[in-house]
Amino acid sequence: MSAIGIGAAVRRKEDQRFITGRGHYTDDINRPGQAAIYFIRSPHAHARIKTINKSAAAGMPGVAGIFTGTEFAQDKLGNLICGWTVLSKDGSPMKMAPHAALAAGKANHVGDAVAVVIADTLAQAKDAAEKVKVEYEVLAAVVDPAKAAANGAPLIHEVAPNNTIYNWHLGDPAATDAAFRNASHVTALEFVNNRLVPNAMEPRAALAEYDAASGSLTLWNASQNPHVARLVISAFVGMAPENKLRVVAPDVGGGFGSKIFIYPEEVVCLWAARKLNRPVKWTAERSESFITDAHGRDHVTKAQMAFDGEGKIVGLKVHTIANLGAYMSTFSSAVPTFLYATLLSGQYEIPHIYCEVDAVYTNTVPVDAYRGAGRPEAAYVVERLVEVSARELGIDPAVLREKNFVKKFPYQTSVASLYDAGDFNASLQKALQIHDYKGFAKRRRESERNGKLRGIGFASYIEACGVAPSSLVGQLGAGVGLWESAEVRVNPTGSVEVLTGCHAHGQGHETTFAQLVADRLGIAIDQVNVLHGDTDIVQFGMGTYGSRSGAVGMSAIVKALDKVEAKAKKIAAHLLEAAEADIVFKDGKFTVAGTDKSAAWGEVALGAYVAHKFPTSEIEPGLKESSFYDPTNFTFPAGCHICEVEVDPDTGEAAVVGWTAVDDFGTVVNPMIVEGQVHGGVAQGVGQALLEHTVYDDKGQLITGSYMDYAMPRADNLPDFKVDMTVTRCPSNPLGIKGCGEAGAIAAPAAVMNAVTDALGTEAIDMPATPASVWAALQRTNKLPRAA
Amino acid sequence: MYAFTFHRPQTLRQAVGLLAKNEEAKLLAGGHTLLPTMKLRLAGPPQLVDLSLVDGLSGIELRGRSLSIGAMTRHNDVNTSPVVHEAIPALAKLAGLIGDPAVRHMGTIGGSIANNDPNADYPAACLGLGATIITNKRRIKADDFFTGMFSTALEPAEIITKVSFPIPKKAAYQKFKNQASRFALVGVFVSKRGSDIRLAVTGAGANGVFRVPSFEEALKTRFSPKSLEGMSIPADGMNSDIHGSAEYRAHLVGVLARRAVAEAIGK
Repeated sequence: MSAIGIGAAVRRKEDQRFITGRGHYTDDINRPGQAAIYFIRSPHAHARIKTINKSAAAGMPGVAGIFTGTEFAQDKLGNLICGWTVLSKDGSPMKMAPHAALAAGKANHVGDAVAVVIADTLAQAKDAAEKVKVEYEVLAAVVDPAKAAANGAPLIHEVAPNNTIYNWHLGDPAATDAAFRNASHVTALEFVNNRLVPNAMEPRAALAEYDAASGSLTLWNASQNPHVARLVISAFVGMAPENKLRVVAPDVGGGFGSKIFIYPEEVVCLWAARKLNRPVKWTAERSESFITDAHGRDHVTKAQMAFDGEGKIVGLKVHTIANLGAYMSTFSSAVPTFLYATLLSGQYEIPHIYCEVDAVYTNTVPVDAYRGAGRPEAAYVVERLVEVSARELGIDPAVLREKNFVKKFPYQTSVASLYDAGDFNASLQKALQIHDYKGFAKRRRESERNGKLRGIGFASYIEACGVAPSSLVGQLGAGVGLWESAEVRVNPTGSVEVLTGCHAHGQGHETTFAQLVADRLGIAIDQVNVLHGDTDIVQFGMGTYGSRSGAVGMSAIVKALDKVEAKAKKIAAHLLEAAEADIVFKDGKFTVAGTDKSAAWGEVALGAYVAHKFPTSEIEPGLKESSFYDPTNFTFPAGCHICEVEVDPDTGEAAVVGWTAVDDFGTVVNPMIVEGQVHGGVAQGVGQALLEHTVYDDKGQLITGSYMDYAMPRADNLPDFKVDMTVTRCPSNPLGIKGCGEAGAIAAPAAVMNAVTDALGTEAIDMPATPASVWAALQRTNKLPRAA
Repeated sequence: MYAFTFHRPQTLRQAVGLLAKNEEAKLLAGGHTLLPTMKLRLAGPPQLVDLSLVDGLSGIELRGRSLSIGAMTRHNDVNTSPVVHEAIPALAKLAGLIGDPAVRHMGTIGGSIANNDPNADYPAACLGLGATIITNKRRIKADDFFTGMFSTALEPAEIITKVSFPIPKKAAYQKFKNQASRFALVGVFVSKRGSDIRLAVTGAGANGVFRVPSFEEALKTRFSPKSLEGMSIPADGMNSDIHGSAEYRAHLVGVLARRAVAEAIGK
């Protein structure tokens, strides 16, 4: 391994500018003549918009324009769409309701924008907005997904009777029922997978500019996938043809999925900028983020796991109601189906699985992919069931897992996924050892002597990353292919620009992608620039989410590098007056095999551009190659996390006191960055399990609409992590990478809740296990430390 | 934020004059409640009277058997003051539990108690130590000062200048934090000064900070957590919200009271 190559813990190149405040985010960009836009949002969860009177606001200082949803509708632009079609059991397509960027007629959640004010300054826009009189007829709202499909529930969209978007299923119900009939033990659980607010550090932002001379629009946007944003805004909304719309996603401060989607605000900014012929900027205020960023999770699930007399799993049945909120967000349909049910086999051989998912509309913020997206929900179902089964069967949870692990690869699950490689027991055994599992009983006694309850919990999770083989996702209803593109552009002096269709918003691509290129070409890492996030610069790309950038994005770079090297060898052969087959490229040097004749990388790069020494009729001058890489399978990162908690029975506080993570991410490019991803993912998972609670009242008001009430994980909520790896290469991509970005968030909720319920001696507690809810659970069980 | 006129008086007299002249004017101390409220356009005072340049409003001083803290003294200064650590260590600790470093470097004791947030920490210390709140007009006993949620005995154009704390023999503060805001979900301040025993609770009450006479009586017999064993307060009158039921808060009052007494006696 070289000091900078794959496997080296290279310091992040981008951190200097981020931690010294020199990042360049959308809100840092200002254009001449720029105006501010303010969105007037419905304060009601469900209300008919009767009238909007803007006369008192129109003449206010600085006001450039006031537009309503009705005026937006008059311009006949297309709706925002969900780009992944899911079919119901009966073959009927999902019931996608119209989603206009500005609501006209009816508002369907608190925060649904009904009008905008554009003014010279934001303060002026807000002053004028207060004078815009919106008259609503408030309608009954439905908030609880379990009640959304009930008879008599308020109907949100005409196209979706019973507020039902689809009734989807996967697996063989008859075979699964038969397996349950023959089972000797069945464990049944019901739980809520709590709704989460994404809370990226940088709020969403959009700045739109119209150039009347060329008729082009430019959108600067805090986006995880600018090309997809351009495609949707062009092809579906019809704002402008793709060649007349440039989308730039500059530095973006975190996304966790929430910035994948195409939102109303960027569409309205573009529309208003053209209408007024003036740049228009919007940056979400934090309270706006809470009520407009797509939320995550929000499942209500009943699940059963069946065992034979030997403790082998024979079947799994799952029924989930998924709350998709008031509108179908960009990828919302795929999250509780293809990203969820296909992972319900976990790390186990489960011969029969049947899963039903009912997706419903409610008068809440739309729900879509959030770090892990479907996979944390699946891991929670499987790993809670396995842990509780172990308790009910009186088998050590580690032993029950080992007994049921998939051990031979490839393994075809009964829910479509084809696991290509892994060694689940290796992760488990390493985790048990690092965690000192044997010492747990002693630690529990010590806690009890101090009046505390101690619990331990496992999560042997698996996930599917590297999204995704295009033909496969096409068959599953995706509206796009999920390949990735790269271009490697060698300059005459040998330095390199790498253009990628991935987008970095915290992942460290500027470092890891540069590691790959610098190591391969034998040049210094600072001779490699990674360019991304601008549709005018980068050829095309599908963006970054689903832990895909290493497995898919870097694979595309490898393919482009292969082409660069092949061409450079041809040129080197001419420079060195040798046969191409005799050229060896190593450590930045082209050598003629068996001789001491060589040419440095920089000489060959220059040679390619001056083009003096090779026949340009056979070899084109220049050195720049591009590639599109389409994965052949998903990748399957997996691992074992062990969480230990100590509960104070007097206050109900559950403190995470120990954490061991042993993950198999395949090839690790930068172990420091990977460990950081594990830390961050676990922190988010601990947040979901213990802290983060999105609460609506029955009128659809978000009670937890600020950090006064919505608890984010902080450093002192987390223990010191013990992070380690096992490695099985991913066989389906050239570098053997599986992906690491979501693993922690997938493993952690189940691990924490398994530990909390172990400590409490009851399974009847949902996330988040707050002090108040833990205390209430203890009042029901009367469990006290034995020594107390 | 709505537009406002910003006044920066140099003397207390000027500040009082500005308040008297402008009925809707608000005092600005540390600003950590007022400014966020203004940014959200939930408050829009036409005038702000900033106290940060007024002479003599901040500082910590030991005066005989009392500790005097100027109204504009920042939480961080109380938290790190050797004088406070020597005289009333529980008060120094309490100041260090407020908010985060940014809040503690701006927030002030006067601002906190004038606002009387039902989840704030300082009201528990004032009531739990039997402090006297000194204004430009008079001296007000803590028992008379806190009159309900966000409400105090302060009159228009009355400005807190300092708070005087009698030095107890023993004292402690136990805070159980709201996981989101890190305000006190429940906080209990207990002190013993001769036969005077005071136990004040913040966070729990639906009507702000309050004392618990039954606990104080029990502690008069013996100042030990054992004296409070099995004792509780009724859930009636406790706050109830998504962070905790009234029963839970009432229960925490008992738990934290025992822990505070144990801490006060060094156990």
